[in-house]
Formats: sequence, C-alpha cells, structure tokens
Amino acid sequence: MSKAHTSESGSAGSAADYRRREWRRAWESMVASRWALIGMIILLVVTFAAIFGPLLAPFDPNRQNIMMRLMEPGSDGARDVTYWLGSDQLGRDVLSRLLYGARVSLLVGVAAIAVGGVIGTIAGLVSGYFGGWIDDIIMRLGDIQLAFPFILLAIMFLVVLGPGLVNMILVLGIGQWVTYARIVRAQTLSQREHEYVEAARAMGDSTAMILGRTILPNILAPLTVIASFNVAGVILSEAALSFLGLGVPPSVPTWGSMLSESRDHLLSNKWWMAVFPGLAIVLTVLAFNIIGDWLRDFLDPRLKENG
Amino acid sequence: MQSVVVLIGVTLISFFALQIGGDPTYLFVSENASTEEIERTRQMLGFDRPLYIQYLSYVWNVAQGDFGNSLSYREPAMGVVLEAMPATIELTIFSLVLAIGLSIPLGIAAALYRGKPVDGGIMTFAMLGQSIPNFWMGIMMIMYFGLYLRWFPISGHVPFLEPLFEGDVATAFKNLPQSLYYMVMPALAVGSYTLARNARLIRSSMLEVLQQDYVRTARSKGLSERRVIFHHAMRNAWLPVVTMIGLEFGFLLGGVVVVETVFSYPGIGRLVFNAINQRDIPVVQASVILIAVIFIVLNLVVDLIYARLDPRVKL
Repeated sequence: MSKAHTSESGSAGSAADYRRREWRRAWESMVASRWALIGMIILLVVTFAAIFGPLLAPFDPNRQNIMMRLMEPGSDGARDVTYWLGSDQLGRDVLSRLLYGARVSLLVGVAAIAVGGVIGTIAGLVSGYFGGWIDDIIMRLGDIQLAFPFILLAIMFLVVLGPGLVNMILVLGIGQWVTYARIVRAQTLSQREHEYVEAARAMGDSTAMILGRTILPNILAPLTVIASFNVAGVILSEAALSFLGLGVPPSVPTWGSMLSESRDHLLSNKWWMAVFPGLAIVLTVLAFNIIGDWLRDFLDPRLKENG
Repeated sequence: MQSVVVLIGVTLISFFALQIGGDPTYLFVSENASTEEIERTRQMLGFDRPLYIQYLSYVWNVAQGDFGNSLSYREPAMGVVLEAMPATIELTIFSLVLAIGLSIPLGIAAALYRGKPVDGGIMTFAMLGQSIPNFWMGIMMIMYFGLYLRWFPISGHVPFLEPLFEGDVATAFKNLPQSLYYMVMPALAVGSYTLARNARLIRSSMLEVLQQDYVRTARSKGLSERRVIFHHAMRNAWLPVVTMIGLEFGFLLGGVVVVETVFSYPGIGRLVFNAINQRDIPVVQASVILIAVIFIVLNLVVDLIYARLDPRVKL
C-alpha cells in the first residue's frame, strides 16, 4: 500500500504554486462530491459552536432553575428568553449545554488523536526503520493492547485514575497509537529502500533527520485519512464513557452525560433531553466519517475505483 | 505461543492499571477509613511488598480466578462476574449473528446494484450506522419501538444459556423465543456499527472479486448469474469478514457493556456500570480480564477456522 509521493510536476511552477493548485483541486473535489461539502459545513458549525459557545448560549449552562424544570422546547422563560431546545431535570437550558458540550467533544477528539498520533508515528517510524528486536517489542506491545476491547481498557484505567479531562484525553489517546504505529511502520518499511532516503543517508543526515524530515512527509497522506476516521471513533468513545459516568466532572456539560441524565426521564416522555444531544453526536461523528471517506478518495484515487 | 505472550501482557496491563493512580490500597477502602484500617487493608492485600512480588502473586491469583472479594457483594468477584456472563454472551452472539447476517445480503446487493439508488440507499444507511452511538440508538429504539409503538419490551431478559448450562434443555428451548424477543432491540443497538461496517466491507470486497478472472471464466462457461454470484464470488467475498469476526466479537462485547445499562439488561455491562459507581475495583478487574481472555481464545479459534477456509494460510 504505497501512496503517491508529492510528485513534482515537470512543468514550471514553484512549490507555492503547486500547493495552491492542490488546494484548488481539493476544493473542487469537495464541491463535486457534495457529501464532503456537507460534512465540512457541519464541522465548521460545530467548531464555531465550540469556540463561540459562551457568546451564543442564551443561558449559563449550569444555572439551575427549579421553576423551569423539564420545560418543552420553545417554552418561554422569564425575561423574554426562550428554552429553544427545552430544559432538563434541574431547569438548565438544553441548548446552552449542547453548545458547551461541543467544546469537550471536539477538544477530546482532536487532543486524543494528537497524543495517539504522535506516539504511534514515532513508534512506527522507529519500528519500521530499524527493524529487529525494537520492531518486535513495539509490535508485540501493540498486539497486547489490541487484545483488550478498547472501551474496557479505557474503563479500567479511568476507574482507577478517576474522571477528568486530561485523564480522558490520555487514555483515549494512548488507546489509538497502535493504528498509527502499524500504518507508519508499513509505510516506512517500503520507503526505507527508496533512493531519496539513501541519498539523505549518503549526505550524512542524522537518523532523526532522515525519519522526521525525509520519510515522514512522504507518509503523511494515509495518516490524515486515519486521523479523520479516528476523531469520529474517539468522539463516540468519549460519549460512551461520559454516558457511563467516567467522563469529565459533572460541572462540565458533555453530550454523553446529558444522554445519561435523559435516561431517567424516558418514561415520562421528555424526548428532547435524549434527542438533541444524540443528534449533536451523530452529526459531528458523521461529518468526520464523511470527510475521512472523501480524503481517502482524494489522496489515493486508486482506492476509489472499488468504491 | 503468541496467545501466551498476549495473556502475560494482559495481566501486566491490568496490574499496572491498579498501580497507576498511586497506592492502590485507597481503592479498596471506604473514603472515611481510619489510618489503622488503611494500614490493615494494605497488609492484608499485600500492597506493602515489593512490586515484582506483588505482580507475581497477582498473576498467581488471577490464574486461579481469584480477584479478591467484591467490595459491594462481599463475595468472590469472579463468581459475581461469572453469574452475569451467560446473559452477556447471549446478547453478544445474537448481535453478531444479526450484524453479520444482515450485512451479507446488504453488502452484496449494494455491489450488484453499484451506482444505482439501491446502492446509494444502503451506503447512506451504512454511513449513518457507523456514526450513531450504540447507546443512543438504544435510547431512541426504547422511545419509539418500546414506549410509542409498544412492539418490544424496553428492558429485561429471559435466560437461555443459563438453564442450558444447568442441563435443563427443555426450559432453555422453551425460553428461546422469548429470550430472542427481549434481545431484539439491544442486539440491534449493539450491532448497528458492525452491521454498517461489514456491509461496506462486503460491498467493496464483492466488487473486487467480481472483476477477477475466475468469475469471468465462470460466466463464460455459461453458468447462471445466480450460480456465479453465490458459488464463485461470494465465497471469496466474505473472507475478509471472517477474519474480522474474532475482533468483531470483542468489539461487540465492548458495545454490550454500554448498551446493557440502557436496557437494564442483567449482564456484565450493567455489573461493570454499577461497579464503576461503587468503585468496586475487583469486579471491574475480573470482568475486564475475563472478557480479554474470551477475546484472545476466540481470535485463536478464528485463526484456525480461517486456515481451513483459505488453504494458502498456514499456521
């Protein structure tokens, strides 16, 4: 599974020109596939909500109001404010909590991938480049980790470590490294013998230099595809763990914990408490999955012929 | 051999998980325990000994299925977990059967009608299936099919494996229809992701197989399209799915843990959920390790099956 090098187009044009052309090609392909554009728009909206949540939210997400418990969507509160998506069992505004929840989901998703991606990439580069016993050890470690269904591993560590944003990011991040390590290793193995690597070696570049500056840029494309799908998976895991009560502290609203609270009010048909946080998760995850699909087709058109 | 290494690794990780938060004694005493009580527990559980001795005795205990007593049930944790196991296995197997069983016709249909609305519909559906959290799917099904349409029960479980293990075959099979009826919603919720992913996998694998020479040969021999698809193409198209089944089972087990709590289904998941809330560490550990062991054994079995299905694979 090798992928295209950044093939220098023979005709004239600087690197900047080339980059600009690639961006334009990406944009055109995104518009053409329509789905990818929809995914991108959803993602922008969620990111916007995450960044500007405090400005957009009509209420303080933690402000309780006993008089306004379990209000239906669209109910008017005091002083002309509306509970557009209803209120929960403590009278907190569902919309405001959703907006704040976007922060946790996105932050955990992206940060965990950064943690897992960096560890995995380094492990994979080392494993693939050096081979031998280092390779054996790293890959066996990966096998062992994959022997656990991931969510259970996360549960086990979070129960002991205690809930918290940093713990959540670390556990979810470390849970992802194997995927990256395996792909980077395979890619490095195939790149190692290429002439450009040999050239770098002949010029006396240090090993770190060869790995980081020479090989890494040539294997980044498949990593971005994996990362996109991975963010989707991590957001799902975060929601599940929050749902189980292992997420961030209760003072921070998350989509998963909102769903957890909604369970007690299903029988009395307080549907809005369950429907909206779930939709938020689905749309966000869907957006990352769609973009992952599109990225894969865009970066490696050969795969598209099958799909 | 490989499995042994992995098993040792599993014990290392679970042992490490206990130690990672500092002195593990505090995990086994209540929050307002006195200093003497803490000291006594530390000595009783052996946390005052050197780490490597702790590890060895941990492995020794785990090998005997001894995880200590559950902090909330006051009986051996392993026993508590084993009691909840059959219900979870039932649900996992049923959701695996549903997911694989439905994904094969869907994937093949999508491949055969490639580019047509059927394909588009199935693939959109699959994309959604991969993006919906299983527990939310469960909640939505409870609201719509359970509370609104009243088609399916929203919680509970009728045991099938449990009487079977006790030798009461008659009761087991008498329970079976009810048992399945109670499991339809949780199983679909657990299996939706797997169903969606496998439908996509089978579609692309089928598309690839349909372009192979031997399929063209079969067609040019004048075999009916039906025969070509079912006898020649399909066999190879689902090989990638078979390799995944072992991993899939583990993945589903993980999903079951979450979904069980939604349906108040009396399996390991609900047990773990309650154990988390009560910080009942022995029960959490026993559950996780038991599931890991099942998972490893299953993958071994799948490797063996795969070697039979594909003669090129040697063990």
